[in-house]
Amino acid sequence: MKTKELLFNPIFNDNPIALQILGICSALAVTSSLRVTLVMCVALTLVTGFSNFFVALVRNHIPNSIRIIVQMTIIASLVILVDEVLKAVAYDISKELSVFVGLIITNCIVMGRAEAFAMKNPPLPSFIDGIGNGLGYSVILIGLAVIRELFGAGKLMGYEILPLATEGGWFVSNGLLLLPPSAFFLIGLFIWAIRAWKKDQVEEPDFKMSANTVAKEA
Amino acid sequence: MANNDSIKKTMLVAVSLCFVCSVVVSTAAVLLRPAQVANKAQDFKRNILQAAGMRDESVAVEEQFAEITTRVVDLSTGRFTDAVDPDKYDQRKAAKDPALSERLNPDDDIAKISRLEKYAEVYLVEGDQGLEKIILPIRGYGLWSTLYGFLALDSDLNTVVGLGFYEHGETPGLGGEVDNPNWKASWPGKQVYGDDGGVAIEVVKGKADPDARYEVDGLSGATLTARGVHNLVQFWLGENGFAEFLDNLKRGEA
Repeated sequence: MKTKELLFNPIFNDNPIALQILGICSALAVTSSLRVTLVMCVALTLVTGFSNFFVALVRNHIPNSIRIIVQMTIIASLVILVDEVLKAVAYDISKELSVFVGLIITNCIVMGRAEAFAMKNPPLPSFIDGIGNGLGYSVILIGLAVIRELFGAGKLMGYEILPLATEGGWFVSNGLLLLPPSAFFLIGLFIWAIRAWKKDQVEEPDFKMSANTVAKEA
Repeated sequence: MANNDSIKKTMLVAVSLCFVCSVVVSTAAVLLRPAQVANKAQDFKRNILQAAGMRDESVAVEEQFAEITTRVVDLSTGRFTDAVDPDKYDQRKAAKDPALSERLNPDDDIAKISRLEKYAEVYLVEGDQGLEKIILPIRGYGLWSTLYGFLALDSDLNTVVGLGFYEHGETPGLGGEVDNPNWKASWPGKQVYGDDGGVAIEVVKGKADPDARYEVDGLSGATLTARGVHNLVQFWLGENGFAEFLDNLKRGEA
């Protein structure tokens, strides 16, 4: 595959959240504020890129029986590295993100790409694939965060955009948007929108629902 | 490729990977430690200022913190002491040190901190007319974690100026709402001690009357965290905590 495809395919054609349905957990957790989301996106993109790179680097030496543990060790080390750097450089944000940075370790995207791509490809394409998937994740997350923060709190990046009715403005915020379940609805809508645009992503139904059975037959 | 799965190769890969990763992680931890410690110290000072409602984001924390005097109080006598140097004293470490702390009687230990240090740091804001505000360190167990924070009192040593926690591990969105500015704003103006001299301030379940003298709103969805906050405030203002010191200070005998 060409570099360009590797980098841009995961954004809409093979989006990790919308098509591979990976990494939903953090997409629900961190998207109630845009600032935190942006840091999370950068952190995840870097971790996915570099973990793919390092896994691909040693892929020919990884014994099959412990390959998942080897991948986890590499990912966990990178995540700790990111966490330490954040604590040293951006202390406030690291406090806000708290457990979520640590949870990148269990983010399915990182693991999924290491297992599905980096184990079979050379380091450089793997790195680009990781970055691409991180970008795909970021696109969805930023979309979610903009909607949730703007309509949930009337703000973007902490700056007031829509003055809230409770504080003397006119905008009545939707509190549900600040709670994690709202991200589920929004992700569902995103998936719908992407599949309406790119018809080839629509999956064949696994089974067909029959029409309602009449009571006496049942 | 086939010999990758031999026991020898598996062990070799596992050991060398662990070695490389641990070197990388520990190098980063050691190199970044000074910056992290500085950040933590600055955050600590910022929280003291915020609890006192004095924090001005346009001024550097260190500069603003210069207005605050740190003193050490002997909790058993309730008086200032020079037994330890406030610049070097680490109250949180002292609470775990058998030489500097004592086991609390479980019946008295309503904040569930298990050990109480002998000396506590207090932060004084002094103006032209003497003491303006006093900031007391408080801590106690919530639902999952110990909450560490500060409670600031006005010069009458009875009116709350502010409260804030700088470290806790409560559930984000539920117990974590102790950081919510709207909730913290319900503390200033409340009275701490009742007419009988006992600790009267309480965190009630549900909404408190905004004009109530002693009652603060609970946190919805976080009953146990709110109860923990209630207990720790009661403890630190009570007789095992700062009650005696505040009494002495009021009479000018601290």
